[in-house]
Parts: sequence; C-alpha cells; structure tokens
Amino acid sequence: MSIKTEELVLNMGPQHPSTHGVLRLELQIEGEVVRKVTPHIGYLHRCFEKHAEAMTYPQVIPYTDRMDYLASMYNNFGYVLGVEKLMGIEVPERVQYIRVIMGELQRIASHMVALGTYGLDIGAFTPFLYLFRDREKILSLFEMTCGARLLYNYMWVGGLSHDIHPDFVRLTKEFITYFRPNIKEINDLLTFNKIFVDRTANIGILPVDTAINYGITGPNLRASGFKFDLRKNDPYSIYDRFDFDIPVGEGMVGTVGDCWDRFYVRVLEMEQSLKIVEQAIDQIPEGDVQSAIPKRIKPPVGTIYQRVENPRGELGYFIISDGTLNPFRVKVRAPSFVNMMILDELSRGHLVADIVAILGSIDIVLGEIDR
Amino acid sequence: MHQLLEEIFGSELIAIIIASSLPLIFITVLVIFAVLLERKVAGHMQDRLGPMRVGYHGILQTIADFFKLIQKEDIVADTTDKRFFNLAPVLVFAGSYAAYAALPFSSAYIGSRIDLGLFYIVAISSLVVAGILMAGWSSNNKYSLLGAMRSAAQIVSYEIPTVLVILSMVMISANFTVDGKGTLSLMEISEIQTSSFWNWFVLGGAGFSLSKFLLLPFTMAAFLIFLISSLAEVNRTPFDMPEAESELVAGYHTEYSGMKFAMFFLAEYANMFAVSAIAAAIFFGGYQSPIGYLGNSLGIEWLVPIEQFFWFSVKGVFFVFVQMWLRWTLPRVRVDQLMTICWKYLIPYAFVNLTIIGIISLI
Repeated sequence: MSIKTEELVLNMGPQHPSTHGVLRLELQIEGEVVRKVTPHIGYLHRCFEKHAEAMTYPQVIPYTDRMDYLASMYNNFGYVLGVEKLMGIEVPERVQYIRVIMGELQRIASHMVALGTYGLDIGAFTPFLYLFRDREKILSLFEMTCGARLLYNYMWVGGLSHDIHPDFVRLTKEFITYFRPNIKEINDLLTFNKIFVDRTANIGILPVDTAINYGITGPNLRASGFKFDLRKNDPYSIYDRFDFDIPVGEGMVGTVGDCWDRFYVRVLEMEQSLKIVEQAIDQIPEGDVQSAIPKRIKPPVGTIYQRVENPRGELGYFIISDGTLNPFRVKVRAPSFVNMMILDELSRGHLVADIVAILGSIDIVLGEIDR
Repeated sequence: MHQLLEEIFGSELIAIIIASSLPLIFITVLVIFAVLLERKVAGHMQDRLGPMRVGYHGILQTIADFFKLIQKEDIVADTTDKRFFNLAPVLVFAGSYAAYAALPFSSAYIGSRIDLGLFYIVAISSLVVAGILMAGWSSNNKYSLLGAMRSAAQIVSYEIPTVLVILSMVMISANFTVDGKGTLSLMEISEIQTSSFWNWFVLGGAGFSLSKFLLLPFTMAAFLIFLISSLAEVNRTPFDMPEAESELVAGYHTEYSGMKFAMFFLAEYANMFAVSAIAAAIFFGGYQSPIGYLGNSLGIEWLVPIEQFFWFSVKGVFFVFVQMWLRWTLPRVRVDQLMTICWKYLIPYAFVNLTIIGIISLI
C-alpha cells in the first residue's frame, strides 16, 4: 500500500534571511526533500543597461558600482578597461599597479562577505563578525584613498579619481601581516569544523562538464576542478607580471565540486590575492594617475567585449560605440546571473536546509543578477 | 520553608500560593539576567561590546526590551486557528514552569517534595512539545509547520538518551541510600552528594570505594551524553533546528509577536536553566557546596540554605553559560544528521553506559 503524498510549494523570499538579498525561490518539496527550485528574480532591477545608453561614458562608472556592490572596484575595472581599449588609451604604469592592488583587495573583501555569510547560513554567527571586522580594515584603506567605503567610482577611463594616500603602502603592508594569521583562524573555527564539514561536504556536487555546459565561471568552476582564471588564461592589465597560483577544488573532505570545495577555494584565493598585493605594493612606480585621462571621452565607432575575473566569475562588458559621447549599448555578462542558473540542478533531491547551503556556496549578489 | 511561611501568614493557603510563586519570581529574574548574559557573551566572543546604552554597560537592556514587547501590538493573522494559537505559548511556558516544582533550590526549599521528581520533570516537560506542535499547526504558516515538526521529532527523540542517562544515575544512587534502593527524588540525589565535590556523581559518587573509580569514566560519559541531549531538548545550537533562522525564518514562532512571543522567549530561557539545573543536581551535587559552608563554620544556621541556593544558581547559570558558549561557536547540524546523532550514536552509547553502570553497581 502506498500513501499518497502531496508536494508542498514553499516560497522562500523575497524577504528571507538566507536568500542573500531579494531573491524569491519557489521550492517544491516533498516532506523536507526538494524536488524543484525555481528562482524568481527582478526585485532589484534598476535598468542599468538602459540607463547606460543615456549617459556619457564616465557617467556609467557609478552605475557599474551598484551592480555587484560587494566588488565595486572590480566592476569599475572591467568597464574602464573596455572603454580604454575602445579608445586605444595607454594607461600609466602607476595606475596599472594601483588598479591591481585595489582589485585584489576588493577580491579579499568580497570573499570575506561570501565566507562570512556562508557561515551564517550554516548557523555559525561568530566567524561572520570576525570576517567583517577584518573587512572593515580593507574598507578603511579604500575610504582613505577615495573617500567612499562601498561604491567607489574610483577607476576612471584613463586613470584614477585620486592618487593613493602617502600612508597607503604602509597600512596595506600592515593589513597583510595582520590578516594572514586570521585566515588560519577562520579555517580552525569554520572550514575544518566537523559540523561544518558534515553540512557542506558531498552536498550540491557540481561536476566539471555540467559546470562548463552552464557557463559557470569563477570560484564555482574552479571548485569543480577546472583551472580557469582570466587573470592567467586571458591576462589583462598587468596580471602577467605577478606570481600566483590558481587554487582548484580537490575534494579534500568530500567529492570534487561540493559546497565545501566552493567554500575552501575562496579561502585559498584570499591567500593568493594577498600574495599579489604583496608583490605589487613594493613595485608601484612614481607618476601621475590622471595624466592619461582624455579631455573628451568619445570612442570611435566599434564594439568591444572586455572580460575580467570578478570575485564571482567572468564579468564581461560588451560595449557598442556609435561615435557619440554616449555608449550605444552596454551589455553586461554578470557572473552571478549565470552561476545562479545551476541552482535547480544542484538542489534536486536535497533537503530544505541544503538549499540554503547550496545557494550560499554559489555566492550570488542580487544587485548583479537584476542589474 | 512551608512551615516558616505558614507561621508568618497564619494560613496554609497563602503559604502555598507564595511558595509556589517563588519559582516564577526566580524565572523572571533569571531570564532578565540570562538574556543580558547571552547578549554580553555573544558580544564579547565576537569582538564587540554587546548592549551598552541602557544603564551601566547595558544592564537594563532586557527590562527595556520587556517593556517594548508588552507595548507591541499583538498581531494575529486571520487564517490562524485562534484558540490553539493563543493557547500554545501558555502551554509551552506552563510546561517549563511546572518543571521547576521538582527542582531543589536548597535543602529548605523545593516546590513539591514528590518522590518521583525526576520522572515528573521528564513527563511534564513533554507539554512543551504539545505547545510547539500547536503553535506550528495553528499558525497556518509553512515555515512554522516545518519548524514544529522538526522540533517535535527532535525533542521526542532526544528524550530517550536523556532518560537513559538519568536512569543510570538513579542506579548509582542506589549504592548510597539507606534502604539500598535508587531514588528519583532530586532532593535525595542532591543530599547524597554532600560535603565535597569529591562526592559528586560525575566523579563516580560518594566515598572512596573501588566502585567509585570503576564508575568514574562512565559517569563522565553519561554527563557528556546528557549535555548533548539536553542541548537538543531545549533547541539550542548546534541543534537549534526548529528555529534555524537561516532556513525557517523563526520556526514555530514565526507568526507570533508581542507578549506571546515573549512567552516563548521566556520559556526558552526557563528551559535552558531547568536542564542546567537537572544536570547540576544529578551530576554536580545540586545545591551542595563543593567546599563546605560558611554558615556551618560560623555557627549561623539560617545562612546554610541561602548558601545552598547560591551554589545551585551558580551551577545552573554556569551550564547556561556553556550553552551560550556553544551557541556562539558552533554551526548548526542538519535535521537528518541530528536524528543520526541521536539514534545511531547517543542511544546505543547510553544503553551500553547504562548496562556497564548497572553491572558495576551490582558488584
């Protein structure tokens, strides 16, 4: 005799503590087992791409800040690189170095939020605050440089809005020596905690071919064991000058590509970013950061696709110029948007509690998904 | 205590009412203190200060919060089952309050001297499950329902290892009673572990016999099992599944607000202290001082019960602190892992432990 059971439709969000913003997930559950997940997006849609068409090229930069608000520096980075390439601007060395340093610091800060909130999703509150305490130090460095703590508008086409503060080099070095031991602290407190490993190992396994088929990039792809990082594979700016590794998931406590691997790859990436900053900070040449900024930003007719390795994956800007002051079209390939598509595939057959773990490990930012 | 009150007021009824409301006063004071302690502990563990604004170092914060809660509008959704919705918080609180009746606060005060004290506590705290299920079902909210289901399954499962451990301790107590039978009265169990911490059950019981040293590792294990399952019974991290805020928003009390929410809150903290007090009573000598009494050495007789009350509170609050400590350190286990821990590990271990303790006690 079989008992007839009914599937329950559970709405998670848009006001829910673990959907990382205003994401609504429609779960079809049988008991506590999830049969289907349908993400509903658009609650944070602000028409970035349409807005960009009405703005001049520099005016678009603040809008890029507001996409992935945890990695604003990197959003600026990709956009200005694209416009510079379109115009054929050669950027001074000093600017290049400062951009890389800012970008990598931003990557650390962004991963801190990802790891901290992931701990929160699993139920550990304290690592979250420890990581935010350390993130505060990076934000102070940014604040010292450009006055803003979240949305910087720092990288301009051809240069930077401000030169670095005289104390910046010293304080950044201090931060590196301060933060290195804290990575170990996070590992002790969270990464190798038995309960944490039980919650995340072998959960939401993403095989590498599925990941490639879905177009997953960034730490999520690398956690599946595929060594692909645009900083190495398609070097932009001056990344080819630095010595750093690309950590990939190895399935240390479970299967390659599970939630734990996605978490741990981010931990290892913070280490590598520290390494890059450490190398770059000693080599900053003298110079003027605004000398190459053109008086009129009016790229010639043409198209460009510029991609950079954002903390969340491949951030691509497709810019069409019609030769006027405004871009004809700015299309963004948002890594969070693409990465989130895998959610249903990963979640089927898992428990409701695992949905939170899987969603957290994909590390989405709703500002970027909805734009 | 009863007699003293009866002499003062000259009426048995008034004496009974006052005596039975003493735990209520205790709970209120305790919760005000424990909530502040929780926030301060959390704050200092997380590199911050916790509440600092209301009163000196925020000591009046809980009282301010309490006034905020009673001022709040009591929102009841249209689709709830009103009768059960209103009854649930009362039932949950009643369950945890009733457990206090059999807790020996000191040699002079216990709510009710029933011989089956431990049995009574285990039984009466099951009222909490009924209340939680009622809250989850009547809220007519999917999150509440899931939370309530989890909670009921969890509390019922973890009662088994708890009871097995209690049983093994009762067996040990048989070694020390006059008639050679075990006792279920917490008062008597506390009395056995008198005079020094050496006599605590967690260290194998009173005296210096061989059996004490044989029992010692197993009583320690029993205490660990009790600690783990008591965490699960009061829904604290790492077993705070029913309220898992990152999954189920707030579990079974998602729909509650104002005073009704405060009742759940009160019951949670009252429960925390209740299980801590039971742990203290059956493993750590209950109200007995580990180092002797000031009242005895000074010759002031009435000071002894007060000291006993002090030791009882200190031990209870210490275990409450342990629960908070764990909460702010550990992540949360998943609901199926929770059941695995209980049925595959704790219950078999508790059974083995019970058998070994039984055999050693017989010898």
